[in-house]
Amino acid sequence: METQSGSILVVDDEFSVRDSLYHWFRKDGFQVIAAANATEALKAMQEHPFDVVFLDIKMPGMDGMELQEHIHRIDPEIAVIMITAFASVETAVRALKSGAFDYVTKPIEPDELSHLVLRAMEQRRLRKENTQLREKIDELVSVDTIIGESPAMRKVMELVQHVAKTDATVLVLGESGTGKELIARAIHANSHRRYFPIVPVNCGALPESLLESELFGHEKGAFTGAQHRRKGKIEMADGGTLFLDEVGAIGQKMQVDLLRVLETKEFTRIGGSQTIKVAFRVVCATNEHLEKAVEEGRFREDFYYRINVFSIEVPPLRERRSDIPLMADHFLNRFASQMDKRITGISSEAMALLMAHDWPGNVRELSNAIERAMVVGKPPVILPEDLPLRGSRLGAAAVGESVAEMEKRHFAAVLERMDWNIARAAGVLQVDRATVYNKIKKYDLHR
Amino acid sequence: MDVLRLIPIYCGARGHLLQPLADRLTQAFGLRVEQHPPGFDPELAFDASRGQYNSRILLARLLRDTPLDTARVLGVTAVDLFIPVLTFVFGEAQLEGRAAAVSTYRLDSEIYGLPADPELLFERLCKEAIHELGHTYNLLHCHESRCVMLSSTYVEEIDLKSDQFCSRCRAKSPLSGRLRQALPGGTFQVGF
Repeated sequence: METQSGSILVVDDEFSVRDSLYHWFRKDGFQVIAAANATEALKAMQEHPFDVVFLDIKMPGMDGMELQEHIHRIDPEIAVIMITAFASVETAVRALKSGAFDYVTKPIEPDELSHLVLRAMEQRRLRKENTQLREKIDELVSVDTIIGESPAMRKVMELVQHVAKTDATVLVLGESGTGKELIARAIHANSHRRYFPIVPVNCGALPESLLESELFGHEKGAFTGAQHRRKGKIEMADGGTLFLDEVGAIGQKMQVDLLRVLETKEFTRIGGSQTIKVAFRVVCATNEHLEKAVEEGRFREDFYYRINVFSIEVPPLRERRSDIPLMADHFLNRFASQMDKRITGISSEAMALLMAHDWPGNVRELSNAIERAMVVGKPPVILPEDLPLRGSRLGAAAVGESVAEMEKRHFAAVLERMDWNIARAAGVLQVDRATVYNKIKKYDLHR
Repeated sequence: MDVLRLIPIYCGARGHLLQPLADRLTQAFGLRVEQHPPGFDPELAFDASRGQYNSRILLARLLRDTPLDTARVLGVTAVDLFIPVLTFVFGEAQLEGRAAAVSTYRLDSEIYGLPADPELLFERLCKEAIHELGHTYNLLHCHESRCVMLSSTYVEEIDLKSDQFCSRCRAKSPLSGRLRQALPGGTFQVGF
């Protein structure tokens, strides 16, 4: 014998109706509770979770419509089915407008009742599933947040939060490896489009003819080798965000085509005649100086202004060194987990090296350096020799160098890197500020 | 042997179905079936506004008139039954109780404009009677397509299921031992 899973609350002041529905649903295997009025119903709601509520519209005291509002305040996902004695369009509209799943007129056809309950249960299940999935998405988004507490990154995040709520086109600027795609993803993840996909296209990785097909898609037979109809990235981004990375690499003809799409939100597949409407947000990224490219005639001015509605500049890592310890720890934890290695930290000497490096490859280079150190290093901490850094002014101790000499050199280098900001230097060195002052005095260090 | 009281209520021309039904119920439940006339006025259950008989009232009356030492009571009628919230029911029973009722009214092909089919009518009656009595043994609606406890909200659904309990319903019923004993060889072969 298979029983139904699910619980039903029946609210009707008429005993015979309440009793009939109670017994009918019990035989279907549902858990059923019957209430004669709003007070009993709300008490039952506090004591048990319900999937579906059958609710009489006309009851003495609080009527069904009012009770439904209370029920939905307690559980917005519950499916409420209104019961009415007389069918009228007005009643139906009122019930549905107030958020009811459906309404039924007494007496009900047995078949209709069975199907109605199953549909309501299914809707309840889907709503629950939807909520869980959304929570999961939000969780994933929050896990992959951008690391950085420096004033420069705080400013970037403020801009991201600010622009994400709008549908404005965003141009993310920054050197290679600064995490421009992460910024684009953060904009998407914080926008109302987050439940639709973000579709990245690396415009610099493809020749123009391939990029056109990649973006616009093509019909079967549109060109040699087009054996099937294929959706382009623009179509795939419908509802979500199209992320055009290395936008500076797009040729002038393609810029014209893209400009038209951005302005009309319409396009046709290559070889096709059907106009396809799309709704998406565009985020572009580049490490090029686009204004200069416009001046030199390599980039169309109209396209530049279309994509540069709102720009966010991601600072290079060397300009936000105070973020390095936080980011290094983040990467360390990530790789430790991935590699199942029990390296739990970075030695102060190794951290000083990280702080002193100029990071021409920015965050990507830092991530790679930590990954490499995790591979070659041994627990419990990463040491300077584990880091693949070259040309740093903070090298390993020279042979014959005393501990005091090494300490002096290290303090001097860190202070220099921190522009003699004592608090920041103390943070990097993981000592208190008094110690920094004492070492300055001890080693007679000067700006 | 426990007793099942069979109470004909306005059976009219369908009265001839009672004895073969009694035999089938004895076979299914291992009960001794006794026929008794109703000890109440069935008109008490009539709802003039609907032109139908309220099965909940019939159940209450059947139960009131049944001696406590009677295991089960089944009202069989040819009139149309309803419960207040539904347009009709084929039958009704107390879940884990003693009383059940079943109607031949909507089991009859003739009311759907089809030629009379006495054999089909009898099979439908047996299935619905076994189904309703199954509820009195605390059996709920079952999803097995051939199990007699499958819920039937229209008549064709009754024809699709068998008059047998599936293995899971049989195992869950407190009557499981008796159901098995009631059959030759102590086993109960379900037709699917």
